[in-house]
Amino acid sequence: MSDMSTIIQLADVRKQYGNDGVTTEVLHGINLTLQQGEFSALIGPSGSGKSTLLNIIGLLEQPTSGVIRVSGRDTGTLPDEELTKLRGRSIGFVFQFHHLIPAFSALENVMMPLMLEAGRPTPLQRERAAALLTRVGLADRLSFKPAKLSGGQQQRVAIARALAANPPLILADEPTGNLDTAAADEIFKLLFEVNQESGTTFLIVTHDPRLAKRCRRVIELVDGQIVA
Amino acid sequence: MLAVKKTMRIEWLLAVRFLKEGRAQSFFMLGGVTMGVGVIVFLTSLITGLQRSIIEKTLGTQAHVVMRSPDDEARRIIKPDSTLSVSANIERRAQRLSSILQWQQIMRELEKRPEVTAVSPLVAGPSFAIRGNATKSVALMGIDQEKYTRIVPMASFMKEGEFRISANDAAVGTDLARELGVTLGDKIRLQTADGRSETITVAGIFDVGIRDLNRRWVFITLRSAQNLLDLVGGVSSIDVTVRDLFKAEVIGAQLAQQTGLTAESWMKTNAQLMVGLKSQSASSYMIQFFVIISVAFGITSVLVVSVIQKSREVGILRAMGCSRRRIRHIFLLQGGVVGLIGSLLGCGLGALLVTFFASTARNPDGTPIFPVVLEPGMFLIAAAVATVTGILAAAAPAVRAAKLDPVVAIRNV
Ligand SMILES: Nc1ncnc2c1ncn2[C@@H]1O[C@H](COP(=O)(O)OP(=O)(O)O)[C@@H](O)[C@H]1O
Ligand SMILES: [Mg+2]
Repeated sequence: MSDMSTIIQLADVRKQYGNDGVTTEVLHGINLTLQQGEFSALIGPSGSGKSTLLNIIGLLEQPTSGVIRVSGRDTGTLPDEELTKLRGRSIGFVFQFHHLIPAFSALENVMMPLMLEAGRPTPLQRERAAALLTRVGLADRLSFKPAKLSGGQQQRVAIARALAANPPLILADEPTGNLDTAAADEIFKLLFEVNQESGTTFLIVTHDPRLAKRCRRVIELVDGQIVA
Repeated sequence: MLAVKKTMRIEWLLAVRFLKEGRAQSFFMLGGVTMGVGVIVFLTSLITGLQRSIIEKTLGTQAHVVMRSPDDEARRIIKPDSTLSVSANIERRAQRLSSILQWQQIMRELEKRPEVTAVSPLVAGPSFAIRGNATKSVALMGIDQEKYTRIVPMASFMKEGEFRISANDAAVGTDLARELGVTLGDKIRLQTADGRSETITVAGIFDVGIRDLNRRWVFITLRSAQNLLDLVGGVSSIDVTVRDLFKAEVIGAQLAQQTGLTAESWMKTNAQLMVGLKSQSASSYMIQFFVIISVAFGITSVLVVSVIQKSREVGILRAMGCSRRRIRHIFLLQGGVVGLIGSLLGCGLGALLVTFFASTARNPDGTPIFPVVLEPGMFLIAAAVATVTGILAAAAPAVRAAKLDPVVAIRNV
């Protein structure tokens, strides 16, 4: 079923919340395949399960049933240590609320996935992080702590961080949800450019139809089911 | 700012950064450890110093082990039971003092043992010291000067003259000298109950710090004492010192078995003192134990709060490829680092306190009441205990942090 260019494959993925008596099913049998280099938008009304789906794809959350394959590999039986390694290598995250680590500078935040992978910081990591921050237009903000950066700048740092380990897939949960229109446009443009440059696959949750329209593929989720 | 230590592992980097970030929390944890370790160091060096000086004072005039003839022992046990004064008298006539006869050979055997540091023969017994019309009851101490001074450093107790024991020369205590009205060079007649007597010349006057001994001890040669006490060829006891003075009891038992003599260790002679020292140590350990426990609780409660506050960061780290194990290590390290740094500060604080305390507590003559004992070993132990305590105290918060669901942390901003 999966060919060389399939990055993520979901088969009949269900997610239920609650355990004693009252369970609600948030995702009802999702089948989804993401190909390498795709730039897709995930849209849908609030509460339709977009974030849940993204977290499951990102191996942060276990589905109640169903199969998730990352590069053809079934992730259902992997222990935490393996799952963590796979996540670090294959998936970059950009969250709505930036989620940078306040105690670390912009540069160190970008280095974080690399440091976690290598076990310790190296000069090479620093070079790569500086290059990425330069790429997102923050060459002069390397040593700034997150609190000293604007919302748009923080989101750029988060994007640079997601790119740091050069993962084949980047998941972004409403990356522009917190920004004004101009800043949102800038961020979207940046993501699009990275996709063009490096062929990184993107799955972006947004409920801004204006932005969704610019994506090549639009996946619509309503009440836990993919309708388009 | 940019400088990231190249060699620092990521767990360390995160642990140290989290500690630096939570400045107030780290300060309170450090303060707790510092004070706890300070109290422990203070208490330990105080009690060690106190006990050491008490033991030193006690053992200044005592051998660690005294070996005696077994029938001497038996007689001492029987004596109180013998109601007939006649039989007691007969016994005393027959043998004034029971003696160790092959003492030279026994001493050679004892000297061979590695744990024995000095061996000295002693002929001790009662006598009268007479000068003019003053008569005092004294204890004759017949010794081999060279051997005896290796057990009791008499030279350091001399007030006048020197500790020189020979056929004519003897040493007496300050109190006896005063009571008899003698000074250096004066003669004293020693006379025993059965009429034997000898005249000695005072060559030295000592003060061993114990009035009763200053009043009673008269040091003469082994031969003179043997003559006076009718013990020719024998000695009444053999004094022994050992390398580890707290093993005196055990070694004494071994020596007794080897020689067939009885052995009495200083610990048994001073049983009361030992009980006192032991209960003092026990209560000190008890206090230290509770100090450690409360320091540990302090660290745990601060770290539990810190884990809750850091749950967002933990979630982010997990999303970026940080395993549960690593999260656990980051928090364990925080406890360990706090324990180690706090213990170093605490060692300094404790040393300062005890030095200050010792400098204020002085005898009237200005000498410290007890010597301050600050041993490197104690600091090492304190640091190790505090570090381990820190890590153990961090265990519960660390496990909790590792169990955090990254999704919950990421969803709830
Ligand atoms: N941990 C949870 N426990 C119970 N219900 C949850 C939990 N997380 C999400 N939900 C519910 O699942 C549904 C989908 O949530 P979410 O995936 O966040 O939707 P979206 O991102 O599309 O707004 C919502 O009704 C939400 O209340
Ligand atoms: Mg959402």
